Amino acid sequence: MIAVKASRRSFLVGSAAAAGGLALGFHVPLAQKARASSAGVPEVNAWVLIKPDETVVIRIARSEMGQGTLTGLAQLVAEELECDWSKVTTEYPTPGQNVARNRVWRNFSTGGSRGIRESHDYVRQGGAAAREMLIAAAAAQWGVPASQCTVAKGVITHSASGRTTTYGKVAEAASKQKPPEKIVLKDTKDWKIAGQPLARLDTIDKLTGKQIYGADLAFPGMLNAAIKACPHFGGKIASYDAEAVSSMPGVRKVVRVDDATVAVIATTWWQAKTALDALPITWEEGPNKTITSAWIAEMLKGGLDSEDAFILTNTGDTKAALSSSDKVVSAVYSFPYQNHATMEPMNATARYTPERCEVWAPTQNGEASLAAAAEAAGLPVQQCEMYKLHLGGGFGRRGMQDYVRQAVLLAKEVPGTHVKLLWSREEDMLHGFYHPTTQCKMTGALDKDGNLTALHMRISGQSILASVRPEAMVGGMDPIVFQGLTANSPEGHLGYTIPNLRIDHAMRNPPVPPGFWRGVNLNQNAIYMECFMDELARAAGIDPLAFRRKLMAKHPKHLAVLDAVAERIGWSNAPAKGVFRGLGQIMGFGSYVAAAAEISIEKGQLKMHRIVAATDPGHMVNPAQIERQVEGSFVYGLSAALYGECTIKDGRVEQENFDTYEVLRLAEMPAVETIIIPSGGFWGGVGEPTIAVAAPAVLNAIYAATGKTIRTLPLKNHKLA
Amino acid sequence: MPKLNINGTERDVDVDENTPLLWVLREQLGLTGAKYGCGVAQCGACTVHIDGVATRSCVMPVSGVAPDQKIVTIEGLSPDGSHPVQRAWLAHEVAQCGYCQTGMIMAAASLLQQKPNPTDDDIKAEITNICRCGTYPRVLAAIKDASKNAG
Ligand code: FES
Ligand code: FES
Repeated sequence: MIAVKASRRSFLVGSAAAAGGLALGFHVPLAQKARASSAGVPEVNAWVLIKPDETVVIRIARSEMGQGTLTGLAQLVAEELECDWSKVTTEYPTPGQNVARNRVWRNFSTGGSRGIRESHDYVRQGGAAAREMLIAAAAAQWGVPASQCTVAKGVITHSASGRTTTYGKVAEAASKQKPPEKIVLKDTKDWKIAGQPLARLDTIDKLTGKQIYGADLAFPGMLNAAIKACPHFGGKIASYDAEAVSSMPGVRKVVRVDDATVAVIATTWWQAKTALDALPITWEEGPNKTITSAWIAEMLKGGLDSEDAFILTNTGDTKAALSSSDKVVSAVYSFPYQNHATMEPMNATARYTPERCEVWAPTQNGEASLAAAAEAAGLPVQQCEMYKLHLGGGFGRRGMQDYVRQAVLLAKEVPGTHVKLLWSREEDMLHGFYHPTTQCKMTGALDKDGNLTALHMRISGQSILASVRPEAMVGGMDPIVFQGLTANSPEGHLGYTIPNLRIDHAMRNPPVPPGFWRGVNLNQNAIYMECFMDELARAAGIDPLAFRRKLMAKHPKHLAVLDAVAERIGWSNAPAKGVFRGLGQIMGFGSYVAAAAEISIEKGQLKMHRIVAATDPGHMVNPAQIERQVEGSFVYGLSAALYGECTIKDGRVEQENFDTYEVLRLAEMPAVETIIIPSGGFWGGVGEPTIAVAAPAVLNAIYAATGKTIRTLPLKNHKLA
Repeated sequence: MPKLNINGTERDVDVDENTPLLWVLREQLGLTGAKYGCGVAQCGACTVHIDGVATRSCVMPVSGVAPDQKIVTIEGLSPDGSHPVQRAWLAHEVAQCGYCQTGMIMAAASLLQQKPNPTDDDIKAEITNICRCGTYPRVLAAIKDASKNAG
């Protein structure tokens, strides 16, 4: 951890916060000078406010984008608070309040499956501190020692005198109590609210249309904006003819947002979009206009055997072991660019005056949004505020703040008026921060008994950090490239013991902006490692599960999830006729995960019948939501495996909408069974890790069915007949 | 000036007649339950009912809807979220981010109106809406449940 002494403003607008809120070495005490209040009711502390009607408002700093973090975090606070769960509601504190209150809610950033595992400790402490203050307030009123009082479901009891009171009645007095000096958190074994499969707190409005997303916002007098940035990466505007559209219905202004971007502000968005589509624009294609997917593939290929590589692992003498072995297996894999394609396109609403700037946006990082808004507004952070909305999907895309910056720049054109910027789907497809592309050369040596004696994994391709967070690189190396492959990182270590092992990365950065895409680099690393494990097993003539198990003796947690899926799918018995199986395992985002798939191929068509998943996230906050995340992650991972591919031509993405950027739909969805094995002792993530094992399990099953080894994705480019 | 029958109420809208129904609903009438996801009839986020039939409103010009055709949006599907499909959705906790869900629910409600007891294959053929959060397994289960409970 880095100790940061800088002023609030300087760290907030600094690049670290803007890039996604790196962990800053802050310790924020629970005692607060400034106490926010909601509707005149004083808070007990930053995390908890209790109204006289017993409603418990729990403050949630992380963003809800469908992953269920809002409910999970509320469960953790409520567990320690000992409140009545049926009275719980939530609210988002604003990033501006966080600045004003010395970052009492700490990190707002919501990505990397960190929402719960990074904050469970201090949110539980917040709940526990509030509980102690509420009890102390009741005890003070009764003139008895707090230690003689107990609490259950928000009712405080002093059994010696038979008196009871409720949280709602003592909340105001509690707000004046001193926070406890020492907090002992409950043993997770004693959890009653956390750990339970409770219903989400945010469902109802999503079923009736009442839920307001950023795209739905409306303010009196609000104007709407549609935007187009030069589709060629690195290109800019050559010219446009504003006159041609300025008298179209509703048009207020044609705005040059920056050198590469033009927007139309109009009364309604449909008018803005119609005018923008009619606007004659010529683009200057820029330095990358000849770049194609083939060119990029060639660039990456050059890294497969090159000398310039960052070395993650180099144990034994891999080179010697490979050259002296009788049986060497080698294969080259690749993984293409992917778009996040959140269902809600990028959007933000802003209102600017020379004194103040406010932004409303779906964001995965409220603090970074606030910083981006302040920077675009040219105002101190203290004169800006940002209001978070539930996201219509995030998947990593909404950790980037490009759309917030644009909205503020547009609002500056019409001071005092709310402007809602909504991207078209086409804009969203053309201006992503794409899942990076890599290739991988796997080379393994087998001894005569079929033991894997050496493995060289050479990754060649794009670094996300080099582009979006260069300050997080380590001596020029991007450690995130190696997700799931490290020797001992708690974030994700390799589950195989291989005597001679080399894992390295030749960095090749094509001019296509990369970003964090749900699952990030674990996705392709799992495909490379797990599909190649099957290739090795075949070369050794050994069953893929048995082959893996031989390498996993020292990795019991990896093995436990793998064994669990193998057992559930019935690996030791033959599948039904025409049905074929595959499996895979990896560790990432702090959790151990595995999957086993059953598929068949009918007339060249892949049919996925069933996938069994197992995850060991250490602790389990809400099993029902974990199941949903696993199912959803499989859809995301299988979408990429079957269809996902952004191809590049003329230095731009070719796919502009879902007609060409296909995604998985219900008809193809296999049944998913989820096994949760919370072995305790650590906190792993949930939203992302299982994505990575869906594709290898299916690809390995496809080999079993067809004898075809698929090493390039997506599958739609392959004939399976 | 187009006249529309929306959720049982007659509405006059002052809008260019090429404007897609979706944007009339969202921007003229403040009915934002139907969502914009693609604008090209691919994703189904904008699904509403026109005379009971699920329709992707992003590609339906408002001039294509006759004044006596009955448009129902998610806001009018039930007064209080009690439509059997909504109830099944709640019981199965289908929604994740929720953005696609209103369209998904409208598509499911229309399917059940045409086919009260759909098979898995019927559901797979009819529900082609995109959900990037990956709620498909629960969508399938909820529709089957709704068909039982409505019957
Ligand atoms: S917005 Fe109409 S189908 Fe996608
Ligand atoms: S619930 Fe998020 S897109 Fe379907």
